[in-house]
Amino acid sequence: MTVKVLDHKPYQSLDDALYLCRELMEDTDFPTVKRWREAGGKVLGHFQVYFPEEIAHAAGMLPVKLRGASIEARQAEARFGSYLCSIIKTSLELSLSGRVPLDMFVSHPICDVARNLAAVWGRNFKYPCQILYLPQNANSKHAASYLRGEYDRLKRDIEASVGRKVTDDDLRSSIAVFNENRRLLRHLYALKRETPWLLSTDEAYVLMAVGGIIPREEHNEMLRAVIPQIEKRPAKPQDRVRVVFEGGFCEQPPLDLLRTISQFCYVVDDDLLIGLRWILEDVPAEGDPLLNLAEAYLEKSSYSPVQHDLRKPKEKMLLKRIEESRANAAIITAAKMCEPGLDEQVAYAKALDEHGIPYFISEFEENMTSFDHMQIQLETFVENLMFA
Amino acid sequence: MSDHQSADGIVGRGAREGADMFRDWFQHLTLAPQRGEKSAYVFVMGSMAEILRVFDFHTVFPEINSLQTAVRRVAHEYLNVAEDYGYSPDICGYVKADVAMQLQGGRHPMGTIPKPNLAVYTNACNTYIKWAEIWERFYHVPIFTLDVPGTRTAGGQTWSGHPDFENDKQYVAAQITELIEVCEQVSGKKFDIDRLREIMGYANQMTRAWKRVLELNQSVPAVFNALTDGTVYLGMANGFRGTKEGADYFNRLVEEMEYKAANHLGTVSDEKYRLIFVGVPCYPIFRRFNEMFTEHGGAFISSTYLWFASGGTNLGFEYDLSRPLDSLAEGVLISVREAMDAMFFQERRIIDMVEPYRVDGVVYHPIKSCRTTSTGQADNRRAVLAACDVGSLFIESDMMDKRVVSEAQLKNRIDAFFEGLATRKTMKAVAGQGLDSR
Repeated sequence: MTVKVLDHKPYQSLDDALYLCRELMEDTDFPTVKRWREAGGKVLGHFQVYFPEEIAHAAGMLPVKLRGASIEARQAEARFGSYLCSIIKTSLELSLSGRVPLDMFVSHPICDVARNLAAVWGRNFKYPCQILYLPQNANSKHAASYLRGEYDRLKRDIEASVGRKVTDDDLRSSIAVFNENRRLLRHLYALKRETPWLLSTDEAYVLMAVGGIIPREEHNEMLRAVIPQIEKRPAKPQDRVRVVFEGGFCEQPPLDLLRTISQFCYVVDDDLLIGLRWILEDVPAEGDPLLNLAEAYLEKSSYSPVQHDLRKPKEKMLLKRIEESRANAAIITAAKMCEPGLDEQVAYAKALDEHGIPYFISEFEENMTSFDHMQIQLETFVENLMFA
Repeated sequence: MSDHQSADGIVGRGAREGADMFRDWFQHLTLAPQRGEKSAYVFVMGSMAEILRVFDFHTVFPEINSLQTAVRRVAHEYLNVAEDYGYSPDICGYVKADVAMQLQGGRHPMGTIPKPNLAVYTNACNTYIKWAEIWERFYHVPIFTLDVPGTRTAGGQTWSGHPDFENDKQYVAAQITELIEVCEQVSGKKFDIDRLREIMGYANQMTRAWKRVLELNQSVPAVFNALTDGTVYLGMANGFRGTKEGADYFNRLVEEMEYKAANHLGTVSDEKYRLIFVGVPCYPIFRRFNEMFTEHGGAFISSTYLWFASGGTNLGFEYDLSRPLDSLAEGVLISVREAMDAMFFQERRIIDMVEPYRVDGVVYHPIKSCRTTSTGQADNRRAVLAACDVGSLFIESDMMDKRVVSEAQLKNRIDAFFEGLATRKTMKAVAGQGLDSR
């Protein structure tokens, strides 16, 4: 399917593109998804963190990254108890309220909450809802082979949903689209890292995140148009602390929180929506496409608190991220009630202490609206770094 | 059982013997390092005791260690230590109690918990994985994730011969082979398949008996309390899995329960309401929590806890000893999947139990500490209530942290629940009389 959900290439100027992306990211009615569906397209909603979107794309579906929203979970609250993260409730609310109509839903066993989600979703909707069991033993020699089989199972379920077969060539075409997308996102992040004065973290975020709710071809087109414009921005470097932001792998901090951080720091790397950037290199086009995707997930990938891999101890990966981005400090956040994020904060803090790297610890919620307190704390943290 | 055996000797035997054996078990753990014996940290959902016993590892269950601190009313001391170390009040209390225990050299109310030489855990609970990463950081010992794919969609379980099942089984089987290699390295002992076969034989006896024990609570009155007695049995099912003592214990437990069923011996003096418990018990006030139900004549006839915390052995999968490794992979896949189903897809099982077990009500107990068992409960409850005519209660507290346990509020809710059950019974009786008079 080649439906266009953005009207008239509204990204000829960078400012227009940024405005559009901000609007789309904050619009809780998800107009791009609705436009796709109104044109007869089918939608596969997948919960955080990583999903092999190429498989849904190859079947002509729009893969939509469900990342919660700043909405009140009126109906979803009745499906859950207390002591849970917000994203789980608002993601379900998006569907219960009809804001994001889906034809298929997939979640992953990323945490104890998310693995309940497919069952909850399945009890509330008639369309197919399932868990994709991404391997948690990335160190098994058999993990890639297993995952290839699991992707094949998913492909068959998607085929049943759309009513047509997905060929290897379909998959290869989709892999090419997503490879380009990942290359463009790597370019965007390189700009953020090397010339952070040209692109604030909230700007980079919306340019990246919008890819989760529009066809990836259109995202590529947009990024191809805006990246050269970013590079030509006349902004000059300022005396700001270079930081890594960690803790945005699942529930997303509000844009205003990122703007608050941007006032004081250059965020030179982060794990925001890391699933969109999970695979670090091009997935090979030749050979078995499902096996290539499986191997890329395991062997050419980033890290997050919700993937266990003995080769990637999280605190060491964070130190590497800090070193490679030449950051002077870290902002270590976790979404409220996010067990993996909160668990990891302890390991991160101990490792940063050991290496004498300053850090700022905080919690957030996607629905938070007041940032004054955090702003004062962050300002103090930055002043201590700059003038101590 | 012989005719002359008295009720005094057999009734309550399982609880008494279980408590004694468990004390001894902790004593063995305390002495293990002095004896040069090695310990593996494991969990209740997929302990892999079958493999670990081949290499003479003690199996240490941090979940059980932690819950014992709550039952013995000292959990808060441990939670405070872990929170001072940096852990959030909003994470699993079991993890925090264990971290505090490790920071204090294994100090535990029932003995001294040995340090791990190895940790083996499944993905049945994601917190298992985060927890093991902590031990890896503390002790730099091998940690092994045995990844067991679960049910993808409600009612979508596949079985032997189905391509999706075989894909999962090959993955589990490959990991078991890799686990054996790790065990050989850590223990310095060679793998012995005949020993494995013997251990699996004992595990089969235990599984068979456990399934039978659970079924025997269809008796009226209920022959055991799924909340209190059940917790003792779970301790035995985990701590003694794959041993002759464990197999004998459960065979004797079946004997006890059959005796009680034949003689109509129950667990509460006047059983009025038969209840299913969903979730993990409220250990900080364990005895009182149970009394709040029993004093109304409520009897817990089953519990999802008995399903998932026995690693899904409630399903009764028995190994084929003629092909031990292949059958172990199949059994681990099916049983651990069953444990996960008992948490995520439990509604069908509960609905199916209502008639044969004569269930009057279902008590849902989500807790702050455990999102694995709690997240789906409210939605499960909606499904159960839509499908059958039972009373239900939804109360939140915790398994470890008494700061979020309000006894007075719990009692108010529980009292009101029983008033509702009484009204339902009266209305049903009246409706029945009305039908009779027509």
